[in-house]
Amino acid sequence: MLKNITLGQYFPGDTFIHRLDPRTKLIMTVVYIVMIFLADNFSAYIPVVALLLICVFVSKIKPKLLFSGMKPLLIIIGITALINLFYTSGEELVSFWIFTITKEGVRAAIFMMLRISLLIMGTFMLTYTTAPMQITDGLETLLGPLKKIKVPVHELAMMMSIALRFIPTLIEETDKIMSAQKARGADFETGNLVQKAKAMLPLLIPLFISAFRRADELATAMESRCYNGGTGRTKMKQLKYGYIDLIAALIGMALLAAVILLNIFGL
Amino acid sequence: MSSIIEIRNLTFKYVNDEDQETVAIDGLDLNIEEGSFVAILGHNGSGKSTLAKHLNAILRPTEGTVLVAGMDTRDENLITDIRRNVGMVFQNPDNQIVANVVEDDVAFGPENLGVEPEEIRRRVDEALNAVDMWEYRSHAPHLLSGGQKQRVAIAGIIAMRPRCIVLDEPTAMLDPVGRAEVIETIKRLNREQGITVILITHHMSETIDADRLIVMSHGKIIGDGKPAQVFSKVQALRDAGLTVPETTQLIFELRKEGIDLPLEALSVEDCAEAIYKAFA
Repeated sequence: MLKNITLGQYFPGDTFIHRLDPRTKLIMTVVYIVMIFLADNFSAYIPVVALLLICVFVSKIKPKLLFSGMKPLLIIIGITALINLFYTSGEELVSFWIFTITKEGVRAAIFMMLRISLLIMGTFMLTYTTAPMQITDGLETLLGPLKKIKVPVHELAMMMSIALRFIPTLIEETDKIMSAQKARGADFETGNLVQKAKAMLPLLIPLFISAFRRADELATAMESRCYNGGTGRTKMKQLKYGYIDLIAALIGMALLAAVILLNIFGL
Repeated sequence: MSSIIEIRNLTFKYVNDEDQETVAIDGLDLNIEEGSFVAILGHNGSGKSTLAKHLNAILRPTEGTVLVAGMDTRDENLITDIRRNVGMVFQNPDNQIVANVVEDDVAFGPENLGVEPEEIRRRVDEALNAVDMWEYRSHAPHLLSGGQKQRVAIAGIIAMRPRCIVLDEPTAMLDPVGRAEVIETIKRLNREQGITVILITHHMSETIDADRLIVMSHGKIIGDGKPAQVFSKVQALRDAGLTVPETTQLIFELRKEGIDLPLEALSVEDCAEAIYKAFA
């Protein structure tokens, strides 16, 4: 049950995409999102889909992984599509009881589904091809200027990386506690939702207690390794832009321009 | 040789939730020489971990002074310097590894000290080689065994180039194989790099090779000397709730039966040899 969490998983590799500087990938993801929401006709989606396909192809990430990652979010996509389908006013197509489906509604629903799916797949590409620590490092550097207005950028990045570091440890621990409680007759599988939620209590309480103890010990360990927050700290691995980042940036800009042009001149 | 740690009349009291005062360390005096391998032995609640936490200023004395390389641990301004000189390895390897990748974790200490990136790289490689974990440098820590994790934690400390390492029951959560790996590693660091090692443990067998063994009970030192000398005081150790190594136990029992054997024969070989001689 706990082994197949794909959300935010990283698949190591040594492709063009994997080697890109995390900052480039973060900026490109933002550009990609901007493209998704700029595009307002079908032809304008061609460059967006093209960018995604190029990334999938170059990074050798199995397309199956992208779809399996989407599964838990299908309900949300469905609901959003339905809401758009029924609540967009315009030229009437079908009408029954209190529902009316309009031409604009169908269009909006398809666009919404397309947008959300592309958005999710794109961000999955980021996390699939970038190690979590690299994302954190990238964010810390990119958001660096915000330190001037007292945003605790380093602290947030450190919290994020520690959270990432402890996910496998806590999953392991959850498995262990689950087995221990099952051995004493706890039942996590049967019953209705309320009963299942109640059955989780003997799992969550020990997990929380242990997590707090870990946090305490980790803080002591970090302090005794001279951790004093971000000031005066150096980094072993310096982020460096290379020529591949320039290529990626040029491709990104070209596709963004294509979206804008297709918006104006396309279908 | 000069002392790296000087403790004068150290008393540490803590107050629990019900406002009761407990004396964890009771007027302790101790000098630890630079470059030595010192083992501190004691049962639970003997104050040995509390003592360890005083050595790099995680705890400050209630009374008395702790001087680390001549620096008083009560001086707030010296804390980073003290911790740079005395590194600390804790019991649970999972709760002291900060990063997702082995080499990034080893780099954490030097990064905190503001060391130049190239120099950090050099130190990380050196430290990982010293604990024999270099080929695991790009692994995720949670995929390593307990002994390997603990060696990564040790590498993380030696990358800060400390003069002294304090290990607070580093083997308590490890299996016998992991335990042997860790003990072998710290012995080698002491021997080859001359780092002062203070090993806090409740496993007798780990203390046999130490230069000096200190036994604690109720916040006081009740035995101090070469391991063989300390273990020969079998009765005193038993009174402190400690068992002695099996070899010492055997010789002790045989001596009670009137057979003249040296209590100093600690290793299995020495013990066998002594018994063989006595009956030959």
